[in-house]
Amino acid sequence: MSHNAHIPIGPYHPLQEEPEFYKLVVEGENVVDVDVRIGYNHRGIEKISESKSFDQSIFIVERICGICSSSHPIACVQALEDLAGLEVPERALYIRTITQELERLHSHMLWLGLAGHFIGYNTVFMWGWKYREPICDIMETVTGNRQNYAMMKTGGVRRDIEKEHIPYILTRLDEFSRQLDMLKGAILDDPVLHARLKGVGVLTKDAAIDYSALGPTARASGVDIDVRRDHPYAAYDRVKWNVITQSTGDVFAKTVVRILEMEESAGIIRQCLDEMPNGPIDSNPKDIPPGEGIGQVEAPRGECFHYIRSDGTNSPLRHKIRAPTYMNFPTFRETVIGETVSDATIILAAIDPCYCCTERMLIVDSKDKELMGVQELIRLSQEKTAKLKAKMGIK
Amino acid sequence: MCPTIRALERTDDMKIDELIKSIQDKFGSKVLKVYKHNDKRAYVDIYPKDIVEFTKYIFKDMGLRFNIASAVDDFDGLEILYHFADDLTGYVISVRTILKDKFDPHIDTITSVTRSAWWIEREIRELFGIEFDGNSDLRGLLLPDDWPKGVYPLRKNFVVPKRDSRKA
Repeated sequence: MSHNAHIPIGPYHPLQEEPEFYKLVVEGENVVDVDVRIGYNHRGIEKISESKSFDQSIFIVERICGICSSSHPIACVQALEDLAGLEVPERALYIRTITQELERLHSHMLWLGLAGHFIGYNTVFMWGWKYREPICDIMETVTGNRQNYAMMKTGGVRRDIEKEHIPYILTRLDEFSRQLDMLKGAILDDPVLHARLKGVGVLTKDAAIDYSALGPTARASGVDIDVRRDHPYAAYDRVKWNVITQSTGDVFAKTVVRILEMEESAGIIRQCLDEMPNGPIDSNPKDIPPGEGIGQVEAPRGECFHYIRSDGTNSPLRHKIRAPTYMNFPTFRETVIGETVSDATIILAAIDPCYCCTERMLIVDSKDKELMGVQELIRLSQEKTAKLKAKMGIK
Repeated sequence: MCPTIRALERTDDMKIDELIKSIQDKFGSKVLKVYKHNDKRAYVDIYPKDIVEFTKYIFKDMGLRFNIASAVDDFDGLEILYHFADDLTGYVISVRTILKDKFDPHIDTITSVTRSAWWIEREIRELFGIEFDGNSDLRGLLLPDDWPKGVYPLRKNFVVPKRDSRKA
């Protein structure tokens, strides 16, 4: 006879910025239901923004996420530029594109490392985080900071890229590309990973459209959307690059999308550095008139959406912020039901939420009072890979 | 799930005016006001009771993506803006509806049309106190479980309590 066990996951992890709580209901090995609860670290940034000046809001939204600290400020300044009808100097648009793509590179690399860890590929974890370093170094050269770049301002950017820094940036980028090539081969040609990740946590195209899924989560399911191409901003319509899509919608497809996107990002940065025109980086706007504006940015996880209403004063009347994970999370319910507990970790990781959630998994069996922590769940996931390897005769 | 039916064939060289016209032709006097902010953005004002019909047309028939809804506490009442993005042309159409009654605001849920509105309806109910009729799961999403009833933090009359450093 089977009985249901409840697996609460979450909510806190002090290292990450988005604690969530999941309750998985399992029957034997299979997940039959899931409930998600967020808000444990709700800082009321929308409310805070209403009490700050427009210039301060940009720095407040930068604190929303440590990874997307370029996407939120760009979305915010674009909303203000849309509201006021401001022009942005060409050079500033290129610099925005460069910071955006650097952010995508380091975010995807971070994801790759963690995803590797969850399925027992700790070498991928070590590689991924090591190879992310050149990107953080470039970010420091371009913006002055490894994280929280403080680069954006309404009508332009705050810091120019110096000519003498470009050779260094290109050298480090080449170093990254070589390592990415190696990593790409190692991951995409690995028969165990094919066996382990294909067909796991499938999000169908129809479901992706219905949930309005975004970014790599949608693109892996064959939904061909990318804000950078569809709602062009910064300098994305001035450089050549491709939108990566896959059709299967499983964890493997999401991995492929992210790895191939990194190659595109590196290409975009090279083109921008090459083609960037000289000139001012800021149009120095004075006032924000009454009105409303929308800013959209393709963050590493998908579209980041800001809506700002101004009543003519110095601070927003309303500042709505929608991060991509907000739309991608509900798809977890669609993808995890019917799968086994050992796959729950990697399916959740595949939508690339902020990781706190997966770090704090806890199993409580209602009958036996048995407790199982996150380490146990990751161990289950790693064991499944090991079994698969043994079955395939790979050491 | 039923497959998406596209009544309006969109093309990537379509002008935003054609999208607006298609909405006006379909709904006639139910469209109260159309405001074109620029070549990429347009706002369409409607009555709250028509929201499901509009969403059905814009999301299912026209095939636009649901960005998000955002409520605004304004002098006239509680406003809800439903933002829809057209990924083919790069337009964003925002459907605006104003709930005059701030004490007991009600609107129909659009989760019957798209599941993507599930979380945002929970959030708006919690932060603005707007009820979404027909949404069966409107549990709290962001605020703590012991948050006082009837206190809506994103309303303008909610004042963030000042922290007194001397008492700390």
